[in-house]
Amino acid sequence: MAEKLSMDTIQDIAILAKLELSEEEAKKAKQEMQKMLDYVEKLNELDTGSVEPMSHIFSVSNVFREDVVTGTDMRDAILSSAPHQKDGQYEVPKTIGEA
Amino acid sequence: MTERKQSALSLGEKIRRQEIRVKEAVDAAYQKISESEPQIHAFLTLTEEYAYRRAEEVQKGIQEGRYTGPLAGVPIAVKDNICTAGIRTTCASKMLGDFVPPYSATAFSLLEEAGAILVGKTNMDEFAMGSTTETSAFGVTRNPHNPEHVPGGSSGGSCAAVAAGETFLAVGSDTGGSIRQPSSYCGVTGLKPTYGTVSRSGLIAYASSLDQIGPIGTNIADCAAMLEILAKQDAADSTSMDRSDLVGITQAAARADESLKGFRVGIPQEYLSSQIQPQVRDAVEAAAKALAERGAEVEIFSLSMTDYVIPTYYLIACAEASSNLERFDGVKYGYRAAAYKGLHEMYKKSRSEGFGEEVKRRIMLGTFVLSSGYYDAYYLKALRAKALLKKEFDEAFAKYDILIGPAAPTTAPKIGTSLQDPILMYLSDIYTVAVNLAGLPGLSMPWGKDENGLPVGIQLIGDCFQERKLFRAAACLEEDRPSAKNTVSEKSACDGIGR
Repeated sequence: MAEKLSMDTIQDIAILAKLELSEEEAKKAKQEMQKMLDYVEKLNELDTGSVEPMSHIFSVSNVFREDVVTGTDMRDAILSSAPHQKDGQYEVPKTIGEA
Repeated sequence: MTERKQSALSLGEKIRRQEIRVKEAVDAAYQKISESEPQIHAFLTLTEEYAYRRAEEVQKGIQEGRYTGPLAGVPIAVKDNICTAGIRTTCASKMLGDFVPPYSATAFSLLEEAGAILVGKTNMDEFAMGSTTETSAFGVTRNPHNPEHVPGGSSGGSCAAVAAGETFLAVGSDTGGSIRQPSSYCGVTGLKPTYGTVSRSGLIAYASSLDQIGPIGTNIADCAAMLEILAKQDAADSTSMDRSDLVGITQAAARADESLKGFRVGIPQEYLSSQIQPQVRDAVEAAAKALAERGAEVEIFSLSMTDYVIPTYYLIACAEASSNLERFDGVKYGYRAAAYKGLHEMYKKSRSEGFGEEVKRRIMLGTFVLSSGYYDAYYLKALRAKALLKKEFDEAFAKYDILIGPAAPTTAPKIGTSLQDPILMYLSDIYTVAVNLAGLPGLSMPWGKDENGLPVGIQLIGDCFQERKLFRAAACLEEDRPSAKNTVSEKSACDGIGR
């Protein structure tokens, strides 16, 4: 049986995903996700007991190299994309000592 | 040699011989764009200023012998999830509506170095999430063969631009079929290379283990020429591979072998199921017959994992998407909500207002399947299913050089009919997603039209690193297909110049 989603779970997921859902959106999300979970239930027909999860298609191993700086200084160019900036830095709402 | 009147390579050749000036080629592209765009809307941004500046530089470079490649001076279109320095790159999302990247994707830089001229950035499904280009925040693109129908997705703008003759070549990206399915719907040729062939640096990530950039064109040789430029190992992408084996593939793709004796072709029986449109099945069978007539051994076999590929794909893709899209937080770039109280609310409002419905749907599902308590049951289960699928493909390629099947179960659906039922839309990807999960190369090419005049496509699938086999079969099929005429519009960007 597929996991049965509750409204609480949907709200928890929204917090993790940093999304704000109206009550109506949350209801719709619950309905749609439930449909998807019921659908992906099909995978349980597969016996994967002895199968290792495959994250990479090709076998990969760590490659080491000297840590040499090669990039150019793009500070201003990169900062210019920020929605808010101040004194050459990203500007965000106050996070410490909030009332 | 196939007809080359309307191709990027023939245009490039005329430019190199200085029969056509680069500026004239760019003029012709914009002329065609101004005629077609009101109807098609393939482009989100046109880059005239950049294109004419580059046209001058490349023209000079050709005369001085600095640009010698086959696509020097040839106009191209690039999907809007590929970063272009100084040129707006939106991912068709409100989130990046006015984002101008400070650097270019490696793939785009390679095309610039080869002298190709960007004329515009193409429409797509938002963050490449969709199969119709209808989830774009900036309006739908219409299928040039019938404007009531979708071009497919997510690289719908790039495929429509090529089908409408606005450019001969375009760049797309393919995570679950996003090059091959719209190529099929638009009657053009598109290739998703082996994972790791083209650098993903500067491609705005959807699902990193599946994303791959590839060429879209009117014919096989043009696609090979673009692939040869793109396939360079890149230190900026740790999954990028050495593909020096692809050097010279352009010449190889331009010739069809008389005989395919000893070439083994498999047709997965699941790819001819009752759910597919009869004309699509007929096309696959006709193409297989054409290969057999050249001496190939064709056999039907069972790819039993086919039923499981859609759930496997959506679990993995959504999980990776939820992680990749965490970076859009309203701080470093992109959209920030106008009003908020505190940091947390700023994150939530910016993301909720900036992302569209389909993107949020996938972020929610992905977040859920990665969350504590559900990770093993969903995400790890999907990774295990992927291992089984890969094993089944390995067994198939021990027996066959290539596989042949449809790119999509049907021809292009009507605009407005796909988004109501997400699962039904996801099912249209059944013949393409397996290729991404297993890292394989897949090529989609046109094979006739259905009774409504909509193009039918077929798909060739190869083992990892076996693009050459795909091109070998595709070059034969290009000669053998019914009405070897191109399915692109009669008048295109090469017309009226240099004759």
